[in-house]
Amino acid sequence: MRGRYLPVAAFAGLIVAIQMATHFTGSGYHLTQLTMSAYYSLLAIGLCLLVGYAGQISLGHAGFFAIGGYITALLTTHDLSSRAGGASRWLAKAGILSFRIDLYGGELLTVHPWVACLVAVLATVGIAYAVGGPVLKLKGHYLAMATLGFGVIIYRIVLGTEFLGAADGISEVPPFAILPGLEVSGKAALRVPNYYLAWGLVIAGMVLLLNLIHSREGRALSSIHGAEDAAEAMGIPTARYKLSAFALSAAFAGLAGVLLTHYNGGIGPSEASVMKSVRYVAIVAIGGMANLWGTLLMSLLLNYLSLRGYFGTYDDAVFGAILILIMLFAPGGLLRRDLLEEVRDVFRGNGEKAS
Amino acid sequence: MKLLSVRGVSKRFGGLQALEDVSFDVPQGAIKALIGPNGAGKTTLFNLISGFLRPDQGSVVFGGTEVLGLAPHQIAARGMARTFQQIRLFPRMTVLENILVGRHLHSRGGFLACMLNLPFTRKEERGIRETGSEILDFLGLSGQADAEAVHLPYGQQRMVELGRALACEPRILLLDEPAAGLNIRETAEMGRLISRIRGRNVTVLLVEHDMSLVMDISDDIVVLSYGQKIAEDKAHAIQKDPEVIRVYLGEGDA
Ligand SMILES: Nc1ncnc2c1ncn2[C@@H]1O[C@H](COP(=O)(O)OP(=O)(O)OP(=O)(O)O)[C@@H](O)[C@H]1O
Ligand SMILES: [Mg+2]
Repeated sequence: MRGRYLPVAAFAGLIVAIQMATHFTGSGYHLTQLTMSAYYSLLAIGLCLLVGYAGQISLGHAGFFAIGGYITALLTTHDLSSRAGGASRWLAKAGILSFRIDLYGGELLTVHPWVACLVAVLATVGIAYAVGGPVLKLKGHYLAMATLGFGVIIYRIVLGTEFLGAADGISEVPPFAILPGLEVSGKAALRVPNYYLAWGLVIAGMVLLLNLIHSREGRALSSIHGAEDAAEAMGIPTARYKLSAFALSAAFAGLAGVLLTHYNGGIGPSEASVMKSVRYVAIVAIGGMANLWGTLLMSLLLNYLSLRGYFGTYDDAVFGAILILIMLFAPGGLLRRDLLEEVRDVFRGNGEKAS
Repeated sequence: MKLLSVRGVSKRFGGLQALEDVSFDVPQGAIKALIGPNGAGKTTLFNLISGFLRPDQGSVVFGGTEVLGLAPHQIAARGMARTFQQIRLFPRMTVLENILVGRHLHSRGGFLACMLNLPFTRKEERGIRETGSEILDFLGLSGQADAEAVHLPYGQQRMVELGRALACEPRILLLDEPAAGLNIRETAEMGRLISRIRGRNVTVLLVEHDMSLVMDISDDIVVLSYGQKIAEDKAHAIQKDPEVIRVYLGEGDA
């Protein structure tokens, strides 16, 4: 279906147009928040698959983001040069460890970012499987509470663990050289390539997820959302599918955490906070639940506004309020795919029954 | 040859004996009906056979293997499809999409292959959609392919549920009151469809209150009352069974 990729091209056009606009108005500094917004969007679209399509709520996805971010931060900053034996020299040769010079001119031996990224994402997925196995047996608000509990645990762990920097988090995380000449870092000179890299990854993620939802696997997930018993009767192993969707969305979250940590040069416990998890669910909800494009656009907009400080001290409150309002007035999500039809129905005068 | 064999099945819900020592066979290729007054245990029996409930006692052998203790999706994978007395269509999905879900067991692409839209998954998807539109034709619902299934009139929803089960290409199809809530014309249409299903080499086990439909299309009939099997015979013989007449006239229900 060609139609699936048309919006992708349009969105890519939007990303280019935004960059052009900042270029010609001399406001390139906006790209920093837009890049951060991209990484949060990577999490949001993964969560959209889980919550919107598979119908499994998670109030703990900031936890997966933080797991990814903290693992890469720890591995790429923890100096191993003091125990530079034969093994570490061999590991350095193999490219698993790498030498670099820190801010004060000292030589550091740390895990290479590529390896750290791989370990971080795999660990995130592993933890998602371990947590999801038992937790996804729960439904509705029991599942919400259990995932919330998971999020709280991760938050307390990163906040209370000395070698994770406790309340300060981990800083001086090095850039992540993805390719020669292209690194994930917040250096002002690299603002434009980083902006395109981040949104390029989001677009790639969107293509993968769009393919998924238009396939047998995507239909299997949606069928679980609608009528789990009927899905089982069609031969769909619902428990396994829920777990796969949970792990996939955790992989998106973990990768987002890794990349944003390298981009920001650090990570702090606020990234693991419950309010972050609430924010992500609020974005999926206002995006229309089972609507990847709505989620992506809302994520772009709201994260950008939030990061630019438009919501001031009410930042968390805004997202909390969004979630409450949607649950009250549009529990199916705001930008639903069938919204247009319903609006048309209302104008035709037969829209009494909004479900 | 018997395709399904139910042996000494009992099920208790608290103080209620919903099923007691029920046994019967469904031969390959038959249309067998299961009738009985409200609360007789027909739906409970379907839930036991299809793995949604565990019986307290007894055994269910399907296609030569014991299926008791298997999950519903595992039993489905062995070739059993069912519909629900309370229609269970997938909301937020079109009629076509509902039926496409029925092709799950006949396709293989995993998460990764589907995300990458590999050539083999694209080919598979074309096949899934071809079968889907064939089934829509069979049901006479091609015009409604893109309508949201749960917004269709009730009668058509029942057809979609039947089509979704047919898409599984089951060896046996369990239909729980397929004509419930249908008008006379729709009931006749449903009867024709069920008869034609036999032509697709599908064995049918049918629960139905509409007696003329049951008499029209079924070969054999099992009668349940208060969880017990009180009769099993050819359709024409059941009508003359004194016990069956007593139960039905006594309940004032037919
Ligand atoms: N999950 C359950 N828990 C407790 N009791 C149940 C449960 N399911 C069914 N029952 C009871 O078991 C008895 C048999 O119910 P069942 O639904 O199997 O009857 P039925 O023959 O399908 O009736 P109907 O023709 O009304 O559909 C009824 O008395 C019902 O109330
Ligand atoms: Mg029933």
